[in-house]
Amino acid sequence: MTAIAAQTGTPYAGVLGLGSYRPRRVVPNAEILEHIDSSDEWIQTRSGIKERRWASDDETILMMSVQAAKEALQDSGIDPAQIGCVVVSTVTHLYQTPAIATQIAVEVGAPTAAAFDVSAACAGFCYGLALANDMVRGGSAKYVLAIGVERLSDITDRTDRSTAFIFADGAGAAVVGPSDEPGIGPVVWGSDGTQHAVISQKESWQEAAGSQNWPNLTMDGNPVFRWASFEMAKVAQQALDVAGVPAEELDLFVPHQANMRITDAMRRALKLPEHVIVARDIERQGNTSAASIPLAISALRESGQAKSGDLALVIGFGAGLTYAAQVIRLP
Amino acid sequence: MASTEEIRSDLAEIVNEIAGIPVEDVQLDKSFTDDLDVDSLSMVEVVVAAEEKFDVKIPDDEVKNLKTVGDAVAFIERAQNG
Repeated sequence: MTAIAAQTGTPYAGVLGLGSYRPRRVVPNAEILEHIDSSDEWIQTRSGIKERRWASDDETILMMSVQAAKEALQDSGIDPAQIGCVVVSTVTHLYQTPAIATQIAVEVGAPTAAAFDVSAACAGFCYGLALANDMVRGGSAKYVLAIGVERLSDITDRTDRSTAFIFADGAGAAVVGPSDEPGIGPVVWGSDGTQHAVISQKESWQEAAGSQNWPNLTMDGNPVFRWASFEMAKVAQQALDVAGVPAEELDLFVPHQANMRITDAMRRALKLPEHVIVARDIERQGNTSAASIPLAISALRESGQAKSGDLALVIGFGAGLTYAAQVIRLP
Repeated sequence: MASTEEIRSDLAEIVNEIAGIPVEDVQLDKSFTDDLDVDSLSMVEVVVAAEEKFDVKIPDDEVKNLKTVGDAVAFIERAQNG
């Protein structure tokens, strides 16, 4: 009997480079208030959002992804031709098929890489990191490009006063590859399909096709807030525990930028030490789902608050419900 | 079993920690929203903290009936005795 040869990767993988893309157009709360009965003060107290970015026509899912990916590749110093797989987390590439990942692979210079999209909503970037980590360690790809990208403005009802001010657009990317030490901690992830309806499109594309409706994203705020603030704090704590990183050793806490109030509640529940810098990119960027974590890390790096070698606790959580958390070391 | 005053006092500590309201303001006749300016998201946090502190379950449907501090204290007393 002929044995099948086994494939082996490297013992450890890490994040080698990061990049992001913020759409040009800044949308202040004043513009949101043209369509909903609310106030700047209400929006800021309930969400912490002062402004967000919405993509213009030319800032497509492809364009934003490629910009973020090129920046991440440059940051990593890895030749794009070495990328073995492109994983794209998005819920706003409005084609069922083909995946946007294949076109991104071509544009970034990895034209024959394996490529696919992941639908894990706001947990998507951390799902992508988990897959990338396992691929590199398992040997199915030496380098992986993990992207989170959204144009949530395309599926946001401008007149829905509970969501219109929250959702926004952007892209972030990470290059994952071999590392001398573990650079991505064990993932703590899961889902809760019993709560699938609390963040969901109103109807399927098929149901919407014959009507004047558009299947915008809806959210039932209080149950989501409760789940995210408390259940997710436990998941974040587990990610620290399995990584063997005590909170005292942590440099950064970068939760999915869902709502400043969720971030604050999680920080309280986690009892993070004062020195841990908490990402608050939502103030200027809104909630960009799968893109929010890499965008927030980029902002911290640009402002000098995050530096190479820092340990960051990242956690994504959202529609599904889905969640994933890891400790990562910044490149 | 904890007295009404003990529950009010513990609840006041929770409201103070979450919403920054002085503990002495958290009296039985005060409305969470109108008097203490505790909004719906802070109320969710208060409820979760109260569930842990008093070892009771406060269902989502019940939260909207807890308009005053006294409503919440009475609900916790009933839940603890039930």
